[in-house]
Amino acid sequence: MVPLGHYLILSAILFATGTMGVFLRRNVITVLLSIEVMLNAVNLAFIAFGRTLGSVDGQVIMFFVVTVAAAEAAIGLALVIALFRHRESLNPDVFTSLKW
Amino acid sequence: MAVGASLLVVLGRNPMHSVLLLIVSFAALAAIYIGLEAPFAAVVQIIIYAGAIMVLFLFVVMLLNAHREDDAAPPAGVTSGPLRAGGVLAVLLVAELVWALRRAARGGDALLSAGPGADPAALQSVRALGNRLFTEYSLAFEVTSILIIVAMVGAVVLARRES
Repeated sequence: MVPLGHYLILSAILFATGTMGVFLRRNVITVLLSIEVMLNAVNLAFIAFGRTLGSVDGQVIMFFVVTVAAAEAAIGLALVIALFRHRESLNPDVFTSLKW
Repeated sequence: MAVGASLLVVLGRNPMHSVLLLIVSFAALAAIYIGLEAPFAAVVQIIIYAGAIMVLFLFVVMLLNAHREDDAAPPAGVTSGPLRAGGVLAVLLVAELVWALRRAARGGDALLSAGPGADPAALQSVRALGNRLFTEYSLAFEVTSILIIVAMVGAVVLARRES
């Protein structure tokens, strides 16, 4: 049996990868993908903890996270389409109308 | 494998490749879930993530014809600063998370040795999961359904062409 710590370290690495993507990438779609990576890292941590503690609660919460991720992806991609229609670009640095 | 694929997702230049690699990463995670005795989670991962969400992403990537990253690469002086800062931030984040989660893991192991321990059969059963979902978490379940409806309507409204 793989100890809990290994799963958590993998989760941490995945989460940091996603964060790096959010900060580094200059493409709205890739930023959304990075957010999905972060959500997956959290799911992995939930399931690893749930297994260690011997309860299904981890899986239940993972289920909710997945549904929220689906909603987020739908809204995010709709926003991307709307933005692309206005600006003809996917670079988040272009969308600065709200910058003061 | 999950780490490698995710790194390629983040570092890849082509959004299309990123999406496809993310599916690989999700499949690897599903395998890990099976190893964690959570077959339901693995199935959800494959069907909803790799199936539904990634198809949505692929669809948008193709719709927007976004096969290339950044139309014009920003000047080198502008990129290298944030790039370095982002790299440092990521390394710091890994260190911090590993530190915090190691402590949590030690606590978890202590809890495990103190508690009754995991019952793999109960953990794997979808029946137990459904029981928990529709009794203790029924309110959250209903709220989630409302959230999905709102998201669906919102997506339609946002992506609608103004006439």
